Amino acid sequence: MRGNALRLFAGLALALWLVLPLVPLAIWSVAHGWRFPDLLPQQWSGNAWAYAFSPGSGVLESLGLTVFIATATTVLAALVGVPAGRALGLHEFRGKGIVTLILIAPAIVPGIAVALGLHGVFLRLGLTGTVGGVILAHLIPVIPYMTLIMASVFSSFDTDVEAQARSLGARPVQVFIHVTLPAILPGLMTGALFAFLVSWSQYLLTLSIGGGRVQTLPLTLFTFATSGRNDVTGAIAILYILPGVLILLFTARHLTGRNQSLAARVGA
Amino acid sequence: MTALDLADLTKSYPDGGAPTVRGLSLSVESGSLTALLGPSGSGKTTVLKLIAGLLTPDTGDIRLGGRSIRDLPPEGRRVVMVFQNPLLFPHMTVAENVGFGLRMRDVAPNEVAARSAAMLEKVRLVGLGNRRPVELSGGQQQRAALARALVLEPEVLLLDEPLSSLDASLRDEMRALILDLQRETRVTTLVVTHDQTEAVILADRIALMLDGRLVQHATPEVIYGRPVTLAVARFFGGVNFLPGRAAGGIFHTSIGPLVLPTGVTDGPGTLTIRPEAVRLGPGREARPARLVSCTFLGTQTRIELDLAGTRLQALTTPEALRGLAPGQEVGVTLPTAALWVLPEV
Repeated sequence: MRGNALRLFAGLALALWLVLPLVPLAIWSVAHGWRFPDLLPQQWSGNAWAYAFSPGSGVLESLGLTVFIATATTVLAALVGVPAGRALGLHEFRGKGIVTLILIAPAIVPGIAVALGLHGVFLRLGLTGTVGGVILAHLIPVIPYMTLIMASVFSSFDTDVEAQARSLGARPVQVFIHVTLPAILPGLMTGALFAFLVSWSQYLLTLSIGGGRVQTLPLTLFTFATSGRNDVTGAIAILYILPGVLILLFTARHLTGRNQSLAARVGA
Repeated sequence: MTALDLADLTKSYPDGGAPTVRGLSLSVESGSLTALLGPSGSGKTTVLKLIAGLLTPDTGDIRLGGRSIRDLPPEGRRVVMVFQNPLLFPHMTVAENVGFGLRMRDVAPNEVAARSAAMLEKVRLVGLGNRRPVELSGGQQQRAALARALVLEPEVLLLDEPLSSLDASLRDEMRALILDLQRETRVTTLVVTHDQTEAVILADRIALMLDGRLVQHATPEVIYGRPVTLAVARFFGGVNFLPGRAAGGIFHTSIGPLVLPTGVTDGPGTLTIRPEAVRLGPGREARPARLVSCTFLGTQTRIELDLAGTRLQALTTPEALRGLAPGQEVGVTLPTAALWVLPEV
């Protein structure tokens, strides 16, 4: 009994800790003026949401662009991360430690250093201010996550199952689609969700490489936050945290329950 | 008729060690069940992977029905290998697993279903087609893996240690199933095993591999009674080796002259006799020996004999030993027909 009560209390505390900071944002988004020391706004209004969804505000356009960049980054990261993770997870080779170190380096080096260095290079290549340049820049922090997750997935993968499929008459492409992909799918999903969220939450890299011309949601959010439009900021912030919440719910329902080793894989 | 022909196959791995397979030539009769026997690390599994096309030989050729398949991809050969572990695809049902190869060859769905179901019946897995592999026992998984290969009606079936991952109680069942299915389908089968008893029970012919080389390819009876080298004799449980010299049909050894079967060439050699062929008791040809020790093995008893300072081992029944105790004198006969001379190596 005491254990249950304790667990309930811990769960509540955690939920409050995670949700409580978001409550003012949600209230702001439907408030019409909210002054200190009022506990709740005097008047309610849907103006902020109406504005956010209106074509003139650019919020929807920004949302679409952010989804596109995050999706493209995720797909490209998977194209690099799956083969790279396979090589790291399955084979022992000379210089493997150094390759791994170079791979994780962007995740260790402060983001501002990466952004500044990258800016100079991209400027010369004519990639600044383009969506393609921003996607390339996002790949830098994303690929290490993807590769390391896939390396840990492949380290427990038995390649004999692929050889068996080949001997049963499957061509290499068929082996990948019908045998390898289903086996690595839970890990690949985890990596993809990580990749999507890391790209989604990029501010610094987008700002420096995009040069203000690639207006993703965090940049739009920051613009409104600094301009004092607390109600619109609240609405955009709610939109901004939506994928995170959805992904959290999805992982809780589909990945952790069915695949016990997933937590260990992500941990590694 | 020869179904499968391996000609002078050599395979090294990039680690720079000695070649795993060295100049291996082997002809497998169509419809036969051949055991590729050898201790672990002798290169047996590598040979199977070469035939299946999962590895490419450094030199040599592989022919199927007279045609070279050396440069064909695995899916282009009518050869299927079944690995030591069942390796069922975990995300498919048992029936989907069995139908896998047919689906990869774009066979019509209703035909895949019909042939998979028929195959599941043959391996006695009726009613388990909709289960997931994890819900099957080890023996059932092994049978499903066999069905998944046989449903493709290959010309050559390669089995890698099909019994080694099973409990002793399931081995006999699986062994009988393999023999039944092989007799029924007449598929040319090559079974890799490290267990000589298993090879003897399963196979029509045994190909013995030591250190990447084929040392003898013959029926189990011939390999037992007439091994070509000392190593072969030892691998098959040979324990009695008497050095000496053959001259005019007589072999001269430390225990005296022995009459040889016909056809032994003169010269130095090592005489061997299977322990179960040594006969105890009085007789015209009997020599005096002293019983050194007895070890009861269940249905048989292993005894050690001392013939004028030379030790010999014999396997006999507990009844034949009644009234005898270590230290006593006993007559020993080494029948001429059971003697075999290995050339001096």
